[in-house]
Amino acid sequence: MGNEIKRISTPFTKDAVKSLKAGDIVNITGTIYTGRDAAHQRLVDTLKEGKALPFAIKDSIIYYVGPTPAKPGQVIGSAGPTTSYRMDDLTVPLLEQGLSGMIGKGARAEKVIAGMKEYGAVYFGAIGGAAALIASSIKKSTVIAYEDLGPEAIRELEVVDFPVIVVIDSEGNNMYDTEKIKYAR
Amino acid sequence: MRDIHVQEVTKAVKEMCISANYHLGKDVYKRLVLSEEREESPIGKEILNNIIKNADIATENEVPMCQDTGLVTLFIEIGQDVHFIGGDLNQAINEGVSQGYQEGYLRKSVVEDPLKRKNTGDNTPAVVHSSIVPGEQVRITVAPKGFGSENMCKLKMLKPSDGQKGVEDFVVEVVAIAGPNPCPPIVVGVGIGGTFEKAALLAKKAMLREVDDKNNNEYYAEMEERLLEKINNLGIGPQGLGGRATALTVKVEKYPTHIAGLPVAVAINCHASRHEERVL
Repeated sequence: MGNEIKRISTPFTKDAVKSLKAGDIVNITGTIYTGRDAAHQRLVDTLKEGKALPFAIKDSIIYYVGPTPAKPGQVIGSAGPTTSYRMDDLTVPLLEQGLSGMIGKGARAEKVIAGMKEYGAVYFGAIGGAAALIASSIKKSTVIAYEDLGPEAIRELEVVDFPVIVVIDSEGNNMYDTEKIKYAR
Repeated sequence: MRDIHVQEVTKAVKEMCISANYHLGKDVYKRLVLSEEREESPIGKEILNNIIKNADIATENEVPMCQDTGLVTLFIEIGQDVHFIGGDLNQAINEGVSQGYQEGYLRKSVVEDPLKRKNTGDNTPAVVHSSIVPGEQVRITVAPKGFGSENMCKLKMLKPSDGQKGVEDFVVEVVAIAGPNPCPPIVVGVGIGGTFEKAALLAKKAMLREVDDKNNNEYYAEMEERLLEKINNLGIGPQGLGGRATALTVKVEKYPTHIAGLPVAVAINCHASRHEERVL
């Protein structure tokens, strides 16, 4: 994409968060966690009950995805991002707990962006629909919570050079606002 | 009168569910390649390149292009001289969906009750639209559609005085609001006229037309061209990160309506626009 690829690894510390700017092309290596609609509801309910979350959320990255079932011999099925706004009402409590990165596709609510600025977090975009391509950067997948949710269960993923773009950075710069103007007629 | 065993329907539905999820339509593929060539945004170009690469990988490895393998919308045109034998046609259709989603390793994304939300486990039931036509053939179209794009569809009952401008403004507004969410570059289907539900159905059917297909009504062919230009002038671009390819194509279908009404439905599909058709 013209730009140099920035490489980050997990844990995704607040220093690393601050080093990334909207428009950066990033490859992520390390451990990330999957979570979408139903899992987010349970995570937030768990926090409300004052209980511990099923994984260490500080400096972590959550990927909004519900993969297809793995074929025999596959680590994971196709695994592209789902639309992020459905998690908007359930995101700020996780940012408060130290969540540093979210991977999804599509717009985020103002309150999420405000939370990202306050607590220090980055919103990454993965290419929606490029699920077979993205799956090739996932090397290991283990269900660690909410197995009953099937595709919505929380999985721990080991990824190598997982390709994303910084869409909204920790200062609130948002490519969805800044880029379309350049190509509008 | 021609007898068709419902097992034939099951088999066809099963195969189409799998195939539509593994293989990008040739017409869509061709248009994506063209869009990549023309894209002015470097990041947009790269995204389109990755989308094409993804389609190649999915075909080669026989895996789903997208993890959201959709809820199956199925259109079935039944020749009036056809007699189905061997069981219940609706059950046979859903049996095909169930087999396809199990055997094809497709994601089961259907919940039994929209509020209680328990997964049905086999992606059934499909949403089936049937119609009776002359002849003794059966035409089945399977369109598995993800909800990233489905959630962005809208319908509005306009006033007759809103006219062509009102219709076009609404279509562009719906696409602008959808922004990056439905996985642009999108396919847009517009249904104008009929009733509340007819407009939605027309919009869905419009999206099934071949990408290169031109409306055979000159007025609506021009509208399709104009809408495509207006939509691409929004600058939303691939994945909403800016660029010229916001939509791959816009298709419009119309139907007679009431003197007091002007229903308009806008259906949005993602860049894969998955569907397959077969005639039995």
